[in-house]
Amino acid sequence: MRNRRGEKIIFLLMRTLTYAIVFFITSVILDIVINGMPAISWHFLTESPEKSGAEGGIFPAIVGTLYLVTGTILVALPLGMMSAIYLSEYAKATRLTQIIRMAIVTLAGVPSIVFGLFGLGLFVITLDFGASILAGSITLACMILPTIIVASEESLKSVPQYMREGSLALGATKWETIYKNVLPYALPGMLTGSILGIGRAAGEAAPILLTAAAFFLPELPSSVYDQVMALPYHLYILATQHPDAQKILPMQYGTALVLLILVISLNLTAIIIRIRVRKKYKW
Amino acid sequence: MVKMVYTDSKIVVEGMNFYYGSSQALYNINIKLREKMVTALIGPSGCGKSTFLRTLNRMNDIIDGTRIEGKVLIDGKDIYHPLTDVVELRKKVGMIFQKSNPFPKSIFDNVAYGPRIHGLKDKNKLMEIVENCLIKAALWDEVKDRLNENAMGLSGGQQQRLCIARALAINPDVVLMDEPASALDPKSTMKIEDLINELKKDYTIVIVTHNMQQAGRVSDYTAFFYEGKLIEYDTTENIFTKPNQKQTEDYITGRFG
Repeated sequence: MRNRRGEKIIFLLMRTLTYAIVFFITSVILDIVINGMPAISWHFLTESPEKSGAEGGIFPAIVGTLYLVTGTILVALPLGMMSAIYLSEYAKATRLTQIIRMAIVTLAGVPSIVFGLFGLGLFVITLDFGASILAGSITLACMILPTIIVASEESLKSVPQYMREGSLALGATKWETIYKNVLPYALPGMLTGSILGIGRAAGEAAPILLTAAAFFLPELPSSVYDQVMALPYHLYILATQHPDAQKILPMQYGTALVLLILVISLNLTAIIIRIRVRKKYKW
Repeated sequence: MVKMVYTDSKIVVEGMNFYYGSSQALYNINIKLREKMVTALIGPSGCGKSTFLRTLNRMNDIIDGTRIEGKVLIDGKDIYHPLTDVVELRKKVGMIFQKSNPFPKSIFDNVAYGPRIHGLKDKNKLMEIVENCLIKAALWDEVKDRLNENAMGLSGGQQQRLCIARALAINPDVVLMDEPASALDPKSTMKIEDLINELKKDYTIVIVTHNMQQAGRVSDYTAFFYEGKLIEYDTTENIFTKPNQKQTEDYITGRFG
């Protein structure tokens, strides 16, 4: 009997701790929604900030984040997917591919501020892009490349080998086989993983701190060489660098809520794609 | 002892050795397979019969670290010659796999896959090919009203016949079958066997099978493989009634394997 009671206590503990996760995430979201909702208005979403962000809206930061995310997608998606196709379909198990894989795993573990400094050194200064959408997007892309590559490779590997053999046996070339009988089935999974990575890029402040983000810039950018405001960085400034941080609390909550909605909708898109595709392809 | 008495051979294999990395899977295989006949490859698991089958359309090429020696001539041409186009070879030598592997596309798109890959775009011609091949594969009546439905919705036996139709759509001379009925129920198996008997009028068929009765029912010639070697090759009747080799006799009478 004693043993069983012990088991019960352990299971109870595990269950409580699991529920705790839900509790924490719900409190964070509720806190932001409850305090952020009053700040949100048409004016807040469509106007430029005034008085260093103490008044006015966050429109340039929203646009800036959207530009950065788009730039990140344009750089990271093709690069990541092609690397994944190479690694999964073409690369043989050699020393070189081992090194490539190790590099990818290491890249995934590099802190985001290090990516920021790297971006500053390479893209902003050496390549002379300046602090800009271009430099920021490429820096963010570097950061999420491992996520995209790993997710895409997993997705390609989950397409059964007999799909490839079946196509090759009909006289298709290797590329035709990949293009017509592997990629279509793997693509949704590749996109799902990629979107999760992109969601992370949208919310990061450190990589763009030194490569793209402007402290206060009411005008919208006119080219990829311009600096932009961005939601996470704007939030960081309002919360820690502003002289009246306490007074402008509603502005901070409002910004946090908009950022949260943006990231959650990206993740929701990924989930919806996954569900729809699961129904379509089964083997 | 391997008898070689046939002259109208479609496939001639001379001195073939095959390796997976450093381990040898086939030893000095010499065999001639006759045109428009069914040749069954039998033997215990791991004897090399599937490996041998896959050398005939170079499917082993896609496995890293494999190596082949010797010659494989189809219609007198060495298919391992450096100038051989593998795509052309596989158009001529179709293959049916052990596990039916329809693509998760419509029934129509499955059969049309090969012709489309090879550049056919004309809708009417595609339709004609799809219909003909499904008729040949004895599947047309069952699927003619739902060509646009996903092939994954078909039963196991129907899926395998769809794969046969798909292989026929590229108009091959030779059809390789790797235990095509091993995952099917007896009724579906019978349909596949009837189909093989029908197909041999037009195609040279090489079939790997674990099932002795099946080899007896469908094949004209039988080759017995054991431990990577071709032990005996003769008409199916001779192999089953008066085998020359002790090992062959032991195997077909069920003493091992």
